[in-house]
Parts: sequence; structure tokens; C-alpha cells
Amino acid sequence: MTTAPAISTDLLHIDALSETERIVSSIRQSVLHTFRRRGVVVGASGGIDSSVVAALCARALGEDRVLLLLMPESDSSPDSLRLGRKLADCLKVPSVVEDIAPILAAAGCYERRDAAIRQVFPEYREGYKSKIVLPNLMDGDRYALFSIIVQPPGGEPRKIRLSASSYLGIVAATNFKQRVRKMMEYYYADLMNYVVAGTPNRLEYDQGFFVKLGDGAADLKPIAHLYKSQVYQLAAYLGVPEEIQNRPSTTDTYSLEQTQEEFFFSLPLRTLDLCLYGKNNAIPPNELAPIAGISSEQVERAYRMIESKRKATQYLHSAARFVEPVKEI
Amino acid sequence: MSNDTFSQEVRSFIKENYLFGQEKHFDDSDSFLEHGIIDSTAVLELVAFLEENYGITVEDEELTPDNLDSIKSVSLYLCRKLNGALENFSSAKTA
Repeated sequence: MTTAPAISTDLLHIDALSETERIVSSIRQSVLHTFRRRGVVVGASGGIDSSVVAALCARALGEDRVLLLLMPESDSSPDSLRLGRKLADCLKVPSVVEDIAPILAAAGCYERRDAAIRQVFPEYREGYKSKIVLPNLMDGDRYALFSIIVQPPGGEPRKIRLSASSYLGIVAATNFKQRVRKMMEYYYADLMNYVVAGTPNRLEYDQGFFVKLGDGAADLKPIAHLYKSQVYQLAAYLGVPEEIQNRPSTTDTYSLEQTQEEFFFSLPLRTLDLCLYGKNNAIPPNELAPIAGISSEQVERAYRMIESKRKATQYLHSAARFVEPVKEI
Repeated sequence: MSNDTFSQEVRSFIKENYLFGQEKHFDDSDSFLEHGIIDSTAVLELVAFLEENYGITVEDEELTPDNLDSIKSVSLYLCRKLNGALENFSSAKTA
């Protein structure tokens, strides 16, 4: 009689060398042969995902065929620009800084966002900081309702549950940021006869953690098949600066620093990474639980949340619907 | 108001905002989540509907699928919530 092998505790381990070669080959094929363009524009946030994509593109095409675009705005952490420059130096790729704050201000991004915040927090004004958060759902089967944390200058932060119209107003206004960045990336792509690389990892792509026609838009998405933990492995292999490897994942969208789990996932990223892998590979919750470091019930809850989020974000993945196919195209 | 009245009002809200003509195939016990008709924005709207129309406050710990995942569960939650408020009001009056 044989017993089933125990599940590896190292579920997300990859061979970084062969994975890099596979991705590099795919980038070359897509850019040079499928799209027949000269290079790639990468919008770099100073975070792990865009840094790994930039490093992979530089390996695939050469440093002189990658343009790193750094696009700070009024709410960006100064670290984002500093680390973006550090990455450009490290990879020896050209970079351009485009301050997108004036475009955002002209579009009413900040004004519209502040008006939406004032629906639930009337005293909100210039100089106040804010971020949207979700509760941690690991302690109970609860719906995740968005709240806003507002901090007056020199004051204590206050948390208030958002109304639907306030939430939609804030998200609609802040989505200008991702869309303006993408507009700028395509400006440079058109200018240089390049394509645009998207930077979502698998967790973000699967769970719809992107803005439609904003950071969700790209000609190639070289790490969308990789779990977040695997992106970190590639970062180490590719020699991405350690400061970037050690930087917590943030959205860099709100004036108060906001981790990705606060805004969207409501679970620690490593836990969710393992749960997504477990669900995709039909690992029973009781077998994944000791590896993920949570209870079997919590794994079951995470599996349900993943499925629910997939359904709720289907629209983001959908291309335009046609009445009938245009078969010649 | 009875549970049936709540059910009708909740169904009417769900039908108008999320079912878009598919209400014939949606039973009172069907899960909003499993049918993919309620996302985080819709839950915010449902909570606003309940709070504004019935004068209740939905507490964070009450935001559970047990209370809010079907027309039936929302109606029963409303009954419990409003009966609780009524009982509190009665005991305050007699105290």
C-alpha cells in the first residue's frame, strides 16, 4: 500500500533560471516578431512587480530597448520615484520622469475625490490625508465593506464606513491615476515605436486588482502567470535592488500609505498567494491549512472569497461585446 | 410589518438593482454571492437601503452571509432587528 505524498511546504518554489529564460523568450517573440516593435515601455512604481518586468524586458531585448517611465503625482510616496531611479541605474536602462499631477488636477481627479470623501466626512479639506481600507476577514464569515480612514493635519486618524455613492466616487476619481499613467505609457510607445508591458502578477490578474483601461491595459503581461511569491524569487535572481525587494506592496494611490491587503485582498498577501495556489490545484483545505498557517475553516473561507472576487470582477477582464463577430479581423 | 412584506420589499430592491429581468429564475433562498449578483459595492447599497428605509443601523458584526445573502435571510434579519428594537422600546417604556 502506498501513502499519498505529503504536500510540499514549498509549493510556490520555481526554478528562477529556467523561468527567466522562458519569459525572456516569450517577450522577444511578442515584441519583435508578433508586434514587430523596437522595444518596451514599462511604467515603474518602485515596487516589486514593475521592477521584475523591467529587468526581464532588459534581459530579453537589451537595456537600450527598454524605457522606464516614472510617473509621480501629488499622493505618491517620495520612495516611489527614488526607487524607480535606483532601478533604472541598476538595470542601466533609460528613464523619463513625467509628473502627472497637473494632468490629474486638470481632470478634476483630486477635487472629485475630495467631494466624494466629504459625503461621509464633511469637514475633509486640503491637507487631510486618507485611504480606503477593508476589514481583515480571517476571523469570521463577513462581507467586506470599505471604510475610509481620514487623518487631519496633526490629528488622530478616524475610520468611517463608506456609503455606496461615496465609495464609487472615490474609486472613479482615483482611477484617473492609473488611466493617465497608461495614456502616458502609450504616448512614449507611439513615439518610439515600442509596445507597453503590463505588470500584474497572478494574484492581481486573477482577482481583478487593476483598473480597466488603466494598469489593466498592456500589449504583454510577462508575469501575470506568476504568484506573488514567485515574483519575489525572480526579483532575487534578477538582482533587483534589495530595497525594492524588501518594500511592502502598496497601492501608492492614496495620501495615507495603504497596503494592498488593506485596499483589496483583506488577507496577508502570502496567505492569499498560497490559498490561490491551493484552490487552483484543488488542494483540500485541511491539507493547505498547516502550510498557510491558518485554520482549515479559514482556508475554506479564502477559497470562497477568491471565487466570489472572480465573479465580481469578470467585467474588468471582458473585452467589448459585439453584436456579431467581425470575421475578417 | 410581516416577514412576507419585508421579502416583497427586499425582492423589489434586488430585482430593480441587480436582477435585470432574470427574477423569474431567482428564489427567495438563492444565494446572492453564489449567483454573482452582489459585489462589495452592492453590499454597500443593500446596507444603505436597509438603514434608510427601516431606520436601523447595520453593525459591522452583522455583515454576514447569514444575515444578508438571500432575500429570505435579509427579511429574517430585518424581522429580528425590528422586533429587537420594538422590544427595547417596550421595556424602556415600562421601566
